[in-house]
Amino acid sequence: MLARIVVLIKQVPTTESVRLNEETGTMIRTGMDSAINPLDLHAVEQAVRIKDNAPDTTHITVLSMGPSQARSAIREALAMGCDEGILLSGREFAGADTWATAYTLVQGLRGLFPFDLVLCGERATDGETGQVGPMVAALCGLPLITYVNRLTWDEGTITACRAIEGGTEIVSCPLPVLACVLRELNEPRLPTLAGKVRAHELDITVLDGEGIGADKSLLGLAGSPTRVVKVIYPSFQRNTQLFLANDEGMEAALDHLETSLRRAP
Amino acid sequence: MTVARGVWVLGEQRNGRIHPVSYELLAWGRALADDLHVYLECVMVGTGITAAAKSLIAHGADRVRCLEHSELLTFRVDPYARIVESLVREHQPEILLAAATTMGRTLMPVLAAHLHTGLTADCTGLSIDPNERLLLQTRPAIGGNVLATIKTPEHRPQMATVHPKARRPLAADPSRVGEIVVETIDESLLGSRVLRLGFEEDLTMASSLQDAELIVAGGRGLRTAKRFSDLFEIAAHLGGVVGASRCAVDLGWASHAHQVGLSGKSVSPTTYIALGISGSPNHLAGMSSAERVIAINSDADAPIFQVADVGLVADLADLLPRWLDRLRARKRRDGQGGLGG
Ligand SMILES: Cc1cc2nc3c(=O)[nH]c(=O)nc-3n(C[C@H](O)[C@H](O)[C@H](O)COP(=O)(O)OP(=O)(O)OC[C@H]3O[C@@H](n4cnc5c(N)ncnc54)[C@H](O)[C@@H]3O)c2cc1C
Repeated sequence: MLARIVVLIKQVPTTESVRLNEETGTMIRTGMDSAINPLDLHAVEQAVRIKDNAPDTTHITVLSMGPSQARSAIREALAMGCDEGILLSGREFAGADTWATAYTLVQGLRGLFPFDLVLCGERATDGETGQVGPMVAALCGLPLITYVNRLTWDEGTITACRAIEGGTEIVSCPLPVLACVLRELNEPRLPTLAGKVRAHELDITVLDGEGIGADKSLLGLAGSPTRVVKVIYPSFQRNTQLFLANDEGMEAALDHLETSLRRAP
Repeated sequence: MTVARGVWVLGEQRNGRIHPVSYELLAWGRALADDLHVYLECVMVGTGITAAAKSLIAHGADRVRCLEHSELLTFRVDPYARIVESLVREHQPEILLAAATTMGRTLMPVLAAHLHTGLTADCTGLSIDPNERLLLQTRPAIGGNVLATIKTPEHRPQMATVHPKARRPLAADPSRVGEIVVETIDESLLGSRVLRLGFEEDLTMASSLQDAELIVAGGRGLRTAKRFSDLFEIAAHLGGVVGASRCAVDLGWASHAHQVGLSGKSVSPTTYIALGISGSPNHLAGMSSAERVIAINSDADAPIFQVADVGLVADLADLLPRWLDRLRARKRRDGQGGLGG
């Protein structure tokens, strides 16, 4: 029987110098270097490892929401060994918060039923919320396993280790299931040249809001329960005494340091 | 339609003991409830919590809702989410807070999805906009150079997770009065598709960083792995532990367990010494509740000085070896003194 895996990925900026649109608080990402979210690579790697064990009976779909440039992130995953790429892209998706993003991905997933396993990275390195994976599971009605650092697939059941406070929890769940994976899960492979060539030749399906049968009022900024009110460059209010070692001498600086340490705060 | 009212915090227990993060949540919630002139309620899911609920009242709760069942001893997302969701739908709080622990980060998105409302992760600041009566949720945003303030104008409850240790609990006041409500559990909500097979305790993961009273933290400004490793000796002399910026971790000078900040740990020591750390908001997110901050940096304009009580503008390549010499000399002296006396 065919095992079907879907990996959710996100394209993220590779630089830390992202700008925000001051009015909407959403990210301005044009003209920046982008790549697949590093944590998603571990989800892709896990899927490809399952496929390595049963190449003829495993099918991996990569699903992403993003601007049309996000095709290149999907190609990175295809080059690692995934079979099919789908990009949800359209003006109506812009400005989505985590709820609206999850809703959009779930609408995309509905077109892929039935599947056995949905994998995603623990969080994206730009938004850093870690909310989309669990929200997708909830809106899809899928069982959810978060913080996975080991995963085995055996005859319709997933067994996983979860790295949580104070130790490791071992859980199992019948398929289908959604798992959010940690960096510790595996070492992502580098794509081979043949993989890159294959990825380049594969067509990536692009679907907009209509294509996934979405309720337009639930998409993008319009469908987002949250709003960014303001973005500030933080300032803090501690009363700092600065001591300049160049003027006062290093030994005096050390005296000052040690006196401060002896004083109770 | 009824108007949503009241501030709720989702406490945590481990093996029937109230986890201290619950008291931090009450400190966050108390300030908001006072501003809104509403009740602060603490929801506890687990086993054996009713007996301990009094301490939650002493720490600021006006009402504690206990959801007790032997099947709820350990966190499993299916039953926890169903039970809390039904309670939220019944009572309609305007605000729901949880800690950004692995439980909070798993449960809250599931609840927000089902309740169709907004959720802000890892907040470092929460306040009330008095004009609109809305929760203002502040978190470090993309790139780490800014703080974004987010609100949920129309959907209820307004939901947020807060970083553990980002705020100190209120002092316990045993004379505070409050109500303890033992909720009846609908057993049909207790099923879970995910089965827990076991738990392997790992004491090395239980971090000493978060409990430390003194942290000696280093960043890229230390320049070499060798100089970073000197921090361990300094920390040993001072009776503290070593923290690191993400840059230092990325450079391989320290393991991720040492990382302080948004994607690392939040700490709340008495004294935080930052050596060669620039003080990006992502780093500050993890240590700004330290009681006292001492910063050493060669750049007088480094942002870390804005959060420091004591700042030394100094080159660590020069200062660090001299400091170590002093500490070692003192130890030798003390050692000899001990022998002689
Ligand atoms: C989403 C996201 C999450 C992040 N999470 C975290 C996090 O959890 N924790 C974290 O720390 N960072 C985090 N970061 C990274 C953060 O934005 C900064 O890049 C990082 O904190 C900088 O580390 P640093 O201060 O060690 O290095 P730098 O910013 O490079 O600062 C080095 C400092 O050393 C000083 N210096 C240089 N030479 C000397 C010398 N000889 N003597 C004295 N001082 C010297 C410099 O003046 C400078 O201020 C995150 C970033 C992103 C995008």
